[in-house]
Amino acid sequence: MNWGGAGEFFAMGGYALYVWGSYGVSALAVAVELLALAARRKRALSQAGAAA
Amino acid sequence: MNAETKPVSQLRPDRPGSIWLRYAAPAAFDPLAARMIPWFFVVAALLGIAGLYIGFFVAPTDAQQSEVYRVIFIHVPAAWMSMLIYLVMAMWAAIGLIFNTRLSSMMASALAPTGAMFTFVALWTGALWGKPTWGTWWVWDARLTSELILLFLYIGFIALQAAIEDPRRADRAGALLAIVGVVNIPIIYFSVRWWNTLHQGASVSLTSAPKMAATMLNGMLVMTLACWMYSIAAALWRLRSIIAEREAGSVVEAE
Repeated sequence: MNWGGAGEFFAMGGYALYVWGSYGVSALAVAVELLALAARRKRALSQAGAAA
Repeated sequence: MNAETKPVSQLRPDRPGSIWLRYAAPAAFDPLAARMIPWFFVVAALLGIAGLYIGFFVAPTDAQQSEVYRVIFIHVPAAWMSMLIYLVMAMWAAIGLIFNTRLSSMMASALAPTGAMFTFVALWTGALWGKPTWGTWWVWDARLTSELILLFLYIGFIALQAAIEDPRRADRAGALLAIVGVVNIPIIYFSVRWWNTLHQGASVSLTSAPKMAATMLNGMLVMTLACWMYSIAAALWRLRSIIAEREAGSVVEAE
């Protein structure tokens, strides 16, 4: 185990901005893609339904 | 009906060995994709949790870089995916161009946004890692510049296809762009060897022993597998939308 406690974990040895900035924005990018995929699916289905 | 859309019956699914042809028709592949997508997402999530656990709780603090090196567990997998997805995308685009198979071209289109997303993540995490270790967010060295060009290639591919009304013409134009852009991939990969770059050389390669602790390497590989599974799930999900969009259009045209 690397960490003496939660505070130490979140501090990342003083590099919190860089480490959490990396993982936070990466998670955000994945979330945005998933939302875009869901929206496109919904749009495609309603469009296909209208065309049929 | 236009000449490019063969009826499914013409693909002869009854013929031995033509199981692949059966799924070459987008409408036939769609239900198969629908069944696979949730599994890929579940496996991606489980591998992601395992990879992050190894990366944050098992892998030791780095002697030189302290904790900031932990960016590696997302940076390297994202950078690998950005190159791999481009190669797979260009391959499907080329197959679609040569054999005129609709599903192959749709696969290429379905991969592009996911590839662009990973390219962005690689660049973003690289900047956040570069600042504390190199003292700068960005530098115009060969590795960083060629990775930025990769992002522009993805965006160019998506924009070009979006700008062309006829889907089959968009497929062909996109395929040409994707194929020409493949030249950039070896440039990215070998840039750290061919030129003097601020970016370090490869820590992991197929030809030599990894230059890092085993737990660090394991964390990175598990995260890479998670990214693979996520990419397959996301691309298949997008593919299903593309199939629904295009096949609905062809129904209207046929009437």
